[in-house]
Amino acid sequence: MSVNHCGDFKQTYKDDMRVLQTRFIRFWVYGFVAFLYVFPLIASTYVVSLTNMIGIAVIGALGINIVTGFTGQISLGQGAFLGVGAFSCAFFMNEWGIPFWLAMPMAGLVTAAVGMIFGIPSLRLKGLYLAIATLAAQFILEYLFLHLEGITGGSNGVMFPSPQVGDFAFDTDQSIYYVIITVAVLTTIYTTNLFRSKDGRAFVAVRDHYLSAEIMGIHLFKYRLLSFAISSFIVGIAGSLWGAYTQYITPEHFTIAESINYLAMIIIGGMGSVLGSIYGAIFMTLVPNLLSYGTSVLANVWAGAGDLIMSLKEGIFGLIVVLFLIFEPDGLAHRWKLIKAYWKLYPFSY
Amino acid sequence: MDGRPVQLQVDDIHLSFGGVNALMGVGFQVYKGEIFSIIGPNGAGKTSMLNCISGRYHPQRGRIVFEGREITNQPPATRAEIGISRTFQNIALFKGMTVLDNLLIGRHIHLKTGFLKGGIYLGPCQREEIEHREFVEDIIDFLEIEHIRKKIVGTLAYGLQKRVELARALALDPKLILLDEPMAGMNLEETEDMVRYILDINQERGITVILVEHDMGVVMDISDRIVVLDFGQKIGEGTPDEVQKNPDVVRAYLGAEDETFLGR
Repeated sequence: MSVNHCGDFKQTYKDDMRVLQTRFIRFWVYGFVAFLYVFPLIASTYVVSLTNMIGIAVIGALGINIVTGFTGQISLGQGAFLGVGAFSCAFFMNEWGIPFWLAMPMAGLVTAAVGMIFGIPSLRLKGLYLAIATLAAQFILEYLFLHLEGITGGSNGVMFPSPQVGDFAFDTDQSIYYVIITVAVLTTIYTTNLFRSKDGRAFVAVRDHYLSAEIMGIHLFKYRLLSFAISSFIVGIAGSLWGAYTQYITPEHFTIAESINYLAMIIIGGMGSVLGSIYGAIFMTLVPNLLSYGTSVLANVWAGAGDLIMSLKEGIFGLIVVLFLIFEPDGLAHRWKLIKAYWKLYPFSY
Repeated sequence: MDGRPVQLQVDDIHLSFGGVNALMGVGFQVYKGEIFSIIGPNGAGKTSMLNCISGRYHPQRGRIVFEGREITNQPPATRAEIGISRTFQNIALFKGMTVLDNLLIGRHIHLKTGFLKGGIYLGPCQREEIEHREFVEDIIDFLEIEHIRKKIVGTLAYGLQKRVELARALALDPKLILLDEPMAGMNLEETEDMVRYILDINQERGITVILVEHDMGVVMDISDRIVVLDFGQKIGEGTPDEVQKNPDVVRAYLGAEDETFLGR
């Protein structure tokens, strides 16, 4: 079908700067995206709902990766920022009657504003100290979710109306799937492009060496805040979609556990990598489900297995994360690169 | 300096850290288009002086004027925007990025596409990226680093990293470039290459160079004028010949009048 070039034969910079370099890769990526759109027609409702969760996780992971992976500012407020997005979107729809399609970006803007407020300490704080400051954001916002009952319904939570186009409501797993997957694809494209243009590169520069970034004319505070804003905007969108998917939101979902879950996602997938965010989101969503599936199979053979593994579930999960940190600190994206290089060069070692 | 305009005026700089006086009343002028060297023993305040000019440190007293504009209290990023660029003694590249991306960071102040259009990429952003890629490729060509343009900087050898850092400083398209020990840790051949690049930067591109360097052979060969610092004070200034004959400088830094040392 096609012959792989054994050298660089690009003739224009435009060709050289393409994201999908070869015809082979373009074919498979476009094919995969097309496949995503026919997927619900052939998959079971359970698999579709699992894919919905993955799609939302991909958007959320891309969001947190912008601020943590690419700009190097650890954020432990992810769970709360998801909540800000979800609750503000619900508020705009329920109280002001704004349609979902407008309420979602508005919720993103609200989350971006909140993210920027909690990003202000990044002017002075770095590394672990900033992590503690964002942890404060998590707890302050959780407190507000419980006590601003007019907006969030307190511990009872609020109904989240389904998105609608005319009379058609996206209220099933299959229909909301198309909304989620479209936003996920757009977010992936946006993030990829962001990091091959001015502001994205500046984020990475701030991460790698903030002193010389400043010497290169990058205003540190502006870019640290901007990173929080863009990240939170995307996380707010993910939160809104989570609401549309579950149709009912309570503060319980937006806890520190969710923040750590997302952090684990980008560590396992790959910090500062768009593909890594996707791998991590898939991995972290599938593993708990595979564990449950494994136990139910095992329970047929050994009746006590279910209880035992269920009680060890968190532990097994933690073990997987620790093993990743030891053996694959650069994440799945890096592993994938190594595998690709291995097969490309086989049978030679380099 | 035969009627050339003053580009950088440094007046009476005092810089101290707690009780340590790093610079005490240092002042000098740098003329447009010259190669100006700052030399002195270790701890004399050479790098502190560069840091004052590039904006890393703000002196407690004194004035720094660049092309008629006072920049003493401006942040580093603003100084980059008006045409001051530098390299570091210890390499300060963005290690996780490719050589190309490092150089494109150098173009940061000249790029206009923000995060909204940047995320869409097609159209104006792509045109701008290609345009600046051409500028950067010109520098890559000039410094002969074509073969590594897509390598991650952290994986490169020391000498090459030094060259990439120079390339990044040039990508800013500066009017004044500050070089902090560009030959440190280099072998003879790499040093000779670097000297050639510095002369070309100065003569072909017309960029003023301020050089801090310990290799006296290089400094005496290529500098138009030299200022000598010792313990935070200026002890001599002038052409290489004048400086070599200055008894204070000889006592403080050059040691005995050893021609083999000076002439390499």
